[in-house]
Amino acid sequence: MGKLALKERILMNIEKPARYIGNEVNIVKKDLDDIDIRFAICFPDVYEIGMSYLGIQILYDFFNRRNGTYCERVYSPWPDLDAIMRKEDIPLFSLETQSPISDFDWLGITIQYEMCYTNILQVLELSKIPIWAKDRKKGDTLVIGGGPCTVNPEPLSDFFDMFYIGEGEASYNELLDLYKIYKESDMTKEDFLRKAANIPGIYVPSLYNVIYKEDGTVSEINPIYDDIPKTIKWQAVMDFNDVPYPMKPVVPYIRATQDRVTLEIMRGCIRGCRFCQAGMIYRPTRQKNVDMLKKYARIMLDNTGYEEISLSSLSSSDYEKLDELLSFLIELRDNDHVNVSLPSLRIDAFSLDVMSKVQDIKKSSLTFAAEAGTQRLRDVINKGITEENLLNGSRDAFLGGWNKVKLYFMMGLPTETDDDLLGIAELAEKISEVYYETLPKEKRNGRVMINASSSYFVPKPFTPFQWAPMIRPEEFTRRAYFVKDAFARQLNKKSLKFSYHDADITVLEGVFARGDRRLGKLIYDVYKKGAIYDAWTEFFDIERYKEAFSENNIDIDFYITRKRADDEIFPWEHIDVGVSKKFLLKEWHNAKAGVVTPNCRMKCSGCGAAVYKGGVCFEAKNQV
Amino acid sequence: MKLRIKYEKTGVLRFIGHLDIMRLFQKAIRRAKLDVAYSKGFSPHQIISFAAPMPLGMTSEGEYFDGEFNSVTSAEDMMNRLNAVLPEGVKVHDIVLLDDKAKPSMAIVSASDYYIYKNEECENDTLDILNQSIDLMMSKPAVEIIKKTKSKEELSDIKPLIYDIKPYKEGIYMLLASGSKDNLKPELVIEALCKEAGVFYNRYDYMIHRIETYMGERDKLESLSCEGERF
Repeated sequence: MGKLALKERILMNIEKPARYIGNEVNIVKKDLDDIDIRFAICFPDVYEIGMSYLGIQILYDFFNRRNGTYCERVYSPWPDLDAIMRKEDIPLFSLETQSPISDFDWLGITIQYEMCYTNILQVLELSKIPIWAKDRKKGDTLVIGGGPCTVNPEPLSDFFDMFYIGEGEASYNELLDLYKIYKESDMTKEDFLRKAANIPGIYVPSLYNVIYKEDGTVSEINPIYDDIPKTIKWQAVMDFNDVPYPMKPVVPYIRATQDRVTLEIMRGCIRGCRFCQAGMIYRPTRQKNVDMLKKYARIMLDNTGYEEISLSSLSSSDYEKLDELLSFLIELRDNDHVNVSLPSLRIDAFSLDVMSKVQDIKKSSLTFAAEAGTQRLRDVINKGITEENLLNGSRDAFLGGWNKVKLYFMMGLPTETDDDLLGIAELAEKISEVYYETLPKEKRNGRVMINASSSYFVPKPFTPFQWAPMIRPEEFTRRAYFVKDAFARQLNKKSLKFSYHDADITVLEGVFARGDRRLGKLIYDVYKKGAIYDAWTEFFDIERYKEAFSENNIDIDFYITRKRADDEIFPWEHIDVGVSKKFLLKEWHNAKAGVVTPNCRMKCSGCGAAVYKGGVCFEAKNQV
Repeated sequence: MKLRIKYEKTGVLRFIGHLDIMRLFQKAIRRAKLDVAYSKGFSPHQIISFAAPMPLGMTSEGEYFDGEFNSVTSAEDMMNRLNAVLPEGVKVHDIVLLDDKAKPSMAIVSASDYYIYKNEECENDTLDILNQSIDLMMSKPAVEIIKKTKSKEELSDIKPLIYDIKPYKEGIYMLLASGSKDNLKPELVIEALCKEAGVFYNRYDYMIHRIETYMGERDKLESLSCEGERF
């Protein structure tokens, strides 16, 4: 056991020192003398959040399978330690060897949500890595970004040497092999970046030039050299059953947000909800072999000692061998004392039966992601769930003994009217009425509780709604109050609860999601005003952002409320995720016309993801 | 079958809190594939209970927990299996089989002894001065410290809870009352000693290591594992 980077008096005076000591079960230990590439992988949020994220475990395992490469983890220090590190000039360090991040060849940062952007700058600065990519020389740690936000990484393009666009397992090896040559030769950094930009999925923002029109929109995005590809293609793992999976995930000492074995059963989603970015960029839908999953489950439980397992996918109900998998999990539960936590499944007789076996019905609640209050609006967003589905599902659940229901909604969806908002309250009321209609007094298990919660809609790149104007923060707040009032007027109002998110954070997510390179300076300025942990309402301060927007003369409305023309060139135009812009535009028009699009298994809609030559796009054809 | 398991917690694992150590053992027992007993219900949990919670920052070679097992092999085999899957810093030293009617270890703890030594990160060495003040402090009719509770601060005499205190190796040895009836934290004794010696008290100048956890009356203390039998 080596020395820790932090001294006793520091560790004993901060919250949860176990966040910083490493040494967890299943960490990879390597002798630094045998290592030629040191890779620090970072989730820019607190340890308990970062440790819960499957993607880091996958990449940690993936990198460490390479001989000569040693991947270590680093997370954002919590604000208490952040202050001490700045005051005492302590550099940010890795967990495994407790060594300064600036000693590493690479710092890879996963970018999962927009509100972590200031934390990225925190990590860079505390690591003493030059914040601006242009200031980093050969020998300085290279900074690479990955994760869903990189489908539009433009607001962050000044801070990263490169981005990896796509699923990490696909082509990192090629990049690291190139890096080794660069490190050991007299290749210049510029040469290296130019070669890297030719590896599929690698986007080097400094090698692309963005030209804007007078109205502020993008006119052209061009590579600055002829040998650099014009578009960067999202990398998808197509040998999904053969790709390595972390069978020995690192087990934290302190309770992480997801503190259990996570079994990824499927990637991608067949549904095509028009607001959902993951549902588009992770196409085509790929499933893991059920026998392999059973084997994985056992090995991972054995390797970690976890007493709980959960499934991971965008829509578990669409996993074709779900019955078999769930029966297996119930067996595990009964024979091996493994708690099973089920992801939100489509509520039907089968799933209710399974849930009643693994949950305490009295304590648990059922979740419906209704997303919108009326059928009209659910058609606009292509959410394939009807009021009948919701009411029938609730009826079955109430008969099964449940009396708590959670409903998820979004406010501010395109074309939303006050009628749709009213529909949110009315739907909650209808479900509560089903309870009283279905169950005679003596069979009721107390009062029914309907918890409706709503977030605000944020249009995301590579969704049909990338053209959609967002509403202003005042209007968000008005709509939230409107719904709240509507809830207060319902007959069963005592059984209904409505809660909603913070509008200010939503607006900023909206700005960054569809932002461009001109926002880099703004992110830097906000950070310099003291912003970190902006995803945490207790640390978020809108005033810092307001000041920075005004100092940088940035008009928020340009990014959020502006109507985008069908032929607008987007800041992310040079990224190609497989799903075509033509398809997305057709879907945007279908949305406005209220026309629904069938899911991938019912009918192929020609979205473009078939270029990956696998997954659901070829399932039907394979069966014939 | 009821077992009592003795373990050490050393090194960087001193920064892992008591509840997390419990979770660590629950997982280790599963990894070691020991046949532990589970409670019934929707969230079954292992039937194990710990003797004395250990504060963050302290190391120990005398920690205990009791566990209910459906079947056992031999103490040696179970110990080896656990030690093969435990992280560096936690190690099982002894396992004994308890009588079915044995009280939980938590209820019978009566004392613990500690070794206080210098934190290597600390520059000044105060332990010599503290050792020289032991006799003076213990010759007084009372050793008073200010005890803070939620509502008030009051003077409390800790002398009756100090069973033994003397220079030891490079530092200080102390045997103190602990458990649910009387409990004295070693850092309070260090603080009192600092006051006696006129030394500024800084908690992180000292490392505290628990040597053993005892049961029984003050004049015939026995380690917790004496209650069971090797198997």
